Amino acid sequence: MSWMSTDVLLAIVAGVLKAIVILLAAVLSGAFLTVIERRLLGLWQDRYGPNRVGMFGSAQLIADMIKIFFKEDWIPPFADRKLFVLAPAIAFASLLLSFLIIPITPTWGVADLNIGILFFFAMAGINVYAVLFGGYASANKYALIGAMRASAQTLSYEVFMGLSLMGIVVMTGSFNMRDIVNGQEGLWYIVPQFFGFLTFLIAGVAVTHRAPFDQPEAEQEIADGYHVEYSSMKFGMFFIGEYVGIVLVSALLTTLFMGGWHGPLLPPIVWFLLKTSFFVMLFILARAALPRPRYDRVMQFGWKFCLPLTLINLLVTGVVVLLTT
Amino acid sequence: MEIAFYLAALVAIVATFRVITHTNAVHALLYLIISLMAVAVVFYSLGAPFAAALEVIVYAGAIMVLFVFVVMMLNLGSQTAHQERHWLAPRIWIGPSIMAALLLAVLVFSFWHGGGLGTISGEELSAKEVGTQMFGPYLLAVELAAMLLLAALIAASHIGRNDDPQLERDMNEAVQRAPAGNDEGGQA
Repeated sequence: MSWMSTDVLLAIVAGVLKAIVILLAAVLSGAFLTVIERRLLGLWQDRYGPNRVGMFGSAQLIADMIKIFFKEDWIPPFADRKLFVLAPAIAFASLLLSFLIIPITPTWGVADLNIGILFFFAMAGINVYAVLFGGYASANKYALIGAMRASAQTLSYEVFMGLSLMGIVVMTGSFNMRDIVNGQEGLWYIVPQFFGFLTFLIAGVAVTHRAPFDQPEAEQEIADGYHVEYSSMKFGMFFIGEYVGIVLVSALLTTLFMGGWHGPLLPPIVWFLLKTSFFVMLFILARAALPRPRYDRVMQFGWKFCLPLTLINLLVTGVVVLLTT
Repeated sequence: MEIAFYLAALVAIVATFRVITHTNAVHALLYLIISLMAVAVVFYSLGAPFAAALEVIVYAGAIMVLFVFVVMMLNLGSQTAHQERHWLAPRIWIGPSIMAALLLAVLVFSFWHGGGLGTISGEELSAKEVGTQMFGPYLLAVELAAMLLLAALIAASHIGRNDDPQLERDMNEAVQRAPAGNDEGGQA
């Protein structure tokens, strides 16, 4: 076959290799974040974090991994086995899959989809099932309450998460992530789409169930919510999945609002990593600094404040784009 | 693209069949989710990535979540599995199945002889084209759908409204009491 020439084959191999590197980088950064977060929390709260294993606690991750792998993998006898096993896999895979739309540098990135952002929304929608099935399959009241809270919260926040990005789509005229990054060459979208940025940031925190929106797993009231019955690596997948979610939302914020790889002097990859790490820090700082609001207030804030704000933002953006073109 | 279409269509049919025959409601819903995602892949293979993405976001990501939610709340036990099995007796489904099979035969026959049907070309229809069609020739349908949704919204808010003043007062008091209690707990 003519199209299977050496050039095409080489391009395919290079593409697959790049995809594997990005996948490993995403998983590893998610895993390392578990340690970095504890160190940073320690720093900000004026105490030592985990600093015993390796130099400055750098090998803490290995210790944690050994511990979590050798724990008993316990499935409660009253649990719904199929769904119980499926839930952590969905939690991990759906967020990891979303990395394929993120353009890291002009030449690096897994897929260049025309539906771009919509793919992320689809994966975020699928991610709800991880929590829902995890909570249901555990057949435990705390898990069920946690799953209910999580699904209601995620559904409410996904509504305006979609709307918050539509301003960008209107300005770019495309769902494609590369077009969006290229559209920010002169001015980053954080300036004209400031309210979109704020609401997407809030929605991103809520969808990944991070503090201060971590009611689904509130330790004090419902004993860790939907993953209370999980142990060993199944819990580990929920846990790492959460950090992969942080990296993903940070990378999306970078790509959509902060100009992606654009920046003076330094090479594109450095800019991308710097901006992404900045948002990751912001996530961790939010956990350290903010108390958890009451559940009904979280829901009210989403529906009564954020949703109208995104609608007005979209309306104004539409009017401005219409008048200037 | 044709192979993708037929594979996804097969998955959709098998998954939908399992939705009907499964006795556990939540597992049946899981199959329904898979069926919807297979339909999304069918759309994608037909060159409609926008419709595919919306299928996953709206149906699999939002509507089915509410279905699972409700079934979770109902807390169906093992007796419902027995009931479901009872409903799957042949004398219940055989009549409708024969009629549906007849309709399918007519459909297949007309496809076979009718011709003139488009083939799967993999030509892509962008979101912009869908949008211009929606707000051009199909504007009336969009407006009618919007009206329908508005009516549903008003009905839901009416049903959810609380007319009992005593209950409302109790709830407000409970809401006002809760944070005060928390503060005292924090200081203690």
